[in-house]
Amino acid sequence: MAETVIMPKLGFDMAEGTLVRWVVNEGENVAKGAVLAEIETDKATVEVESSYEGVVLRHLVQQGTVVPVNTPIAVIGAQGEKVELQAEGAPATQGAPAAQPAKEAQADVSPQTAPTAELAKPVEAGIPAPAGEVRASPLAKKMAADKKIDLRQVRGSGPGGRVVCKDIEMFLSQPQPAAARPAAPVTAPMAAPVAITPGVDRQVPLTRLRAAIGRRMTESVQQVPHFYVTHEYDMAAVMELRKQVNALLPEEDKISVNDFIVKAAALALLEYPNLNASIDLQKEQVVQHGSINVGVAVAVESGLLTVVTRNTDQKPIRQIAAETRGMVERARAGKVRTEDIEGSTFTISNLGMFDVDQFTAIINPPEAAILAVGSVKQVPVVVDGELRVGTRMKATLSVDHRVSDGAEGAKFLQALAKTLESPLRLIL
Amino acid sequence: MARITMREAISQALWEEMERDPKVFILGEEVGVWGGTYAVTKGFYDHFGGDRVRDTPIAEAVIIGAAIGSAMTGLRPIAELMTINFAFSAMDHIVNESAKLHYMFAGQFLLPMVIRAVGGGGRQLGATHSQTPDAIFAHFPGLKVVAPGTPEDAKGLLKSAIRSNDPILFIEHATLYQVRGEVPDGEYTTPIGVSKVQRPGKDVTIVTYSKGLEISTKAADKLAGEGIEAEIVDLRSLRPLDMGPVLESFKKTNRAVIVEEGWRSFGVGSEVSARIYEEAFDYVDAPIQRVAQKEVPLPYNRTLEQMALPQVDDVIKAVKEVL
Repeated sequence: MAETVIMPKLGFDMAEGTLVRWVVNEGENVAKGAVLAEIETDKATVEVESSYEGVVLRHLVQQGTVVPVNTPIAVIGAQGEKVELQAEGAPATQGAPAAQPAKEAQADVSPQTAPTAELAKPVEAGIPAPAGEVRASPLAKKMAADKKIDLRQVRGSGPGGRVVCKDIEMFLSQPQPAAARPAAPVTAPMAAPVAITPGVDRQVPLTRLRAAIGRRMTESVQQVPHFYVTHEYDMAAVMELRKQVNALLPEEDKISVNDFIVKAAALALLEYPNLNASIDLQKEQVVQHGSINVGVAVAVESGLLTVVTRNTDQKPIRQIAAETRGMVERARAGKVRTEDIEGSTFTISNLGMFDVDQFTAIINPPEAAILAVGSVKQVPVVVDGELRVGTRMKATLSVDHRVSDGAEGAKFLQALAKTLESPLRLIL
Repeated sequence: MARITMREAISQALWEEMERDPKVFILGEEVGVWGGTYAVTKGFYDHFGGDRVRDTPIAEAVIIGAAIGSAMTGLRPIAELMTINFAFSAMDHIVNESAKLHYMFAGQFLLPMVIRAVGGGGRQLGATHSQTPDAIFAHFPGLKVVAPGTPEDAKGLLKSAIRSNDPILFIEHATLYQVRGEVPDGEYTTPIGVSKVQRPGKDVTIVTYSKGLEISTKAADKLAGEGIEAEIVDLRSLRPLDMGPVLESFKKTNRAVIVEEGWRSFGVGSEVSARIYEEAFDYVDAPIQRVAQKEVPLPYNRTLEQMALPQVDDVIKAVKEVL
């Protein structure tokens, strides 16, 4: 029985995506979970995985086409299976006709609108439910009813775009989509500087990612009243512990200073849930999130993304390091997955590798705070009236003043000091 | 705790119950002088004598008919069928008499009898000697169907079956006789009609019994290596069917795979999945998967036979399907 693959809704606000490349050609086999196509959204190029196993019988849209979400893009079935799609005669680029429910499509057919030869009956299954209807598992439906969630807002990851339990959980963990952040790179941007031609201006068109960053950051700076608190940390113990830990780990498993900071921030957020929050102006309330999902800003070629570790407070540092490494690699390769970049509740931007003393970051709405981390440096410090060489790092917290005040920000930074300066707590 | 085989566990249960109650006796083909086709009753004839360990003609209707008559008149027979495939020769006695006499005579008769039958495929015995028709027998009200998957359960359940006043079909899987497991020392019984969580997990519920338990456990071991924690619920008896632990587990994992050796259509998986859909509909997050025998008479050819029987990889595939 043939199944139809639809353009997935990869984010809360995604309305359409560009089908950049078909990875599996017509007539080729595809395994469940294998990459079927690459899609570019506002945020990134994302791989679309097949929910079915079988042969790709037909691509319904061409490469480079902009396709509305939920529009059928391909049919997968058994070898030799006949595809009878009304949509075949319709221009795939428009998407909408193909997305029409099967029954209506059949009823509406008139000689002017469809070639009679291909009428027949539509593909038996897989045509998305009519507008307003959503495929969802019974559990997902019940959860949505309990939490008063509109299922149409939730992206389904199951077969045929079915909304399942984890989609609802994912939806709940992200008050709004996280997007590109103004924060700073974890590593150097990859684009090499371009030489200047004297007297000649060079026009560089905004990529979708660049444009999205621009929109969101402008919105944040204009609408969110920021204040900043800076704290200096004694990093000697972290550096020593990291040295010892990394001596035991293979090269590919090494833990970065930032991984320690991510874990420490997650634990500090446990104590200060008000900074792991979002403001909801309509309801005049602050939503303190039930999960601590720490995002880390990563520089990519055309801008930057924030990769997210979920339930960061509950994960060992080694796992945080491994997950982050994987997500950073995917982000760099332009193969980032939706779940890599969505759902953060707090962000860390670390410019430490660029020899930065300190800086301030713009909050990524709807989060309440962002931590900007500078370099770890050897500096003169005074201990008990004596001048010594110390290992110090400065971090600046930007906070949404509608949610919190200076004292709470300062106490959060102190809580961070508690673990960063006694880092054994982080690996217990 | 001693580590013994399923064969030894069953043998111990029979021995202990015959020692305990002089009304208990065994009848069947080659159970006496020969010691049983699977050597379960080896040594019984010499110890208990020919009156209590009775060899019968090769006539299953006679074996079951005689068991029913003796049970109605006060003895506690244990009738052995060399294979469950031969139960079809005694179907009228099993279905129309043993399962119904207590009811039809308004409780005037009890039928404290056990039919021990060896089932299952995988030993190249051909299409007529390799069947797993457990679900057929579980269809009839009045007949209890028990099928253990571990030595501990085999011993405890068989002792309960022998002491029960109801007719019970006790199905032993031929390829499990060699399986070893811990069995408690001393006297114990295991209640019939109680499912058991044999392995805790949180990601998916595997419902199974008998040989399926062995396959599912191996699958769960492999899945654990990938970070998938499967919870295995062992039904242990098909009638009465205890859905309590199954539903409890399912409400936690929201996904289930049912593993049985019999054919898929109208099988144990059909019944269990229907009950989950009826009783836990709001907890269903993925269509329930059934792993079962391919719908062909079981081939003699070894390769084909293994292909037709459910395998560890089939279970793993089904689990990944529901995750």
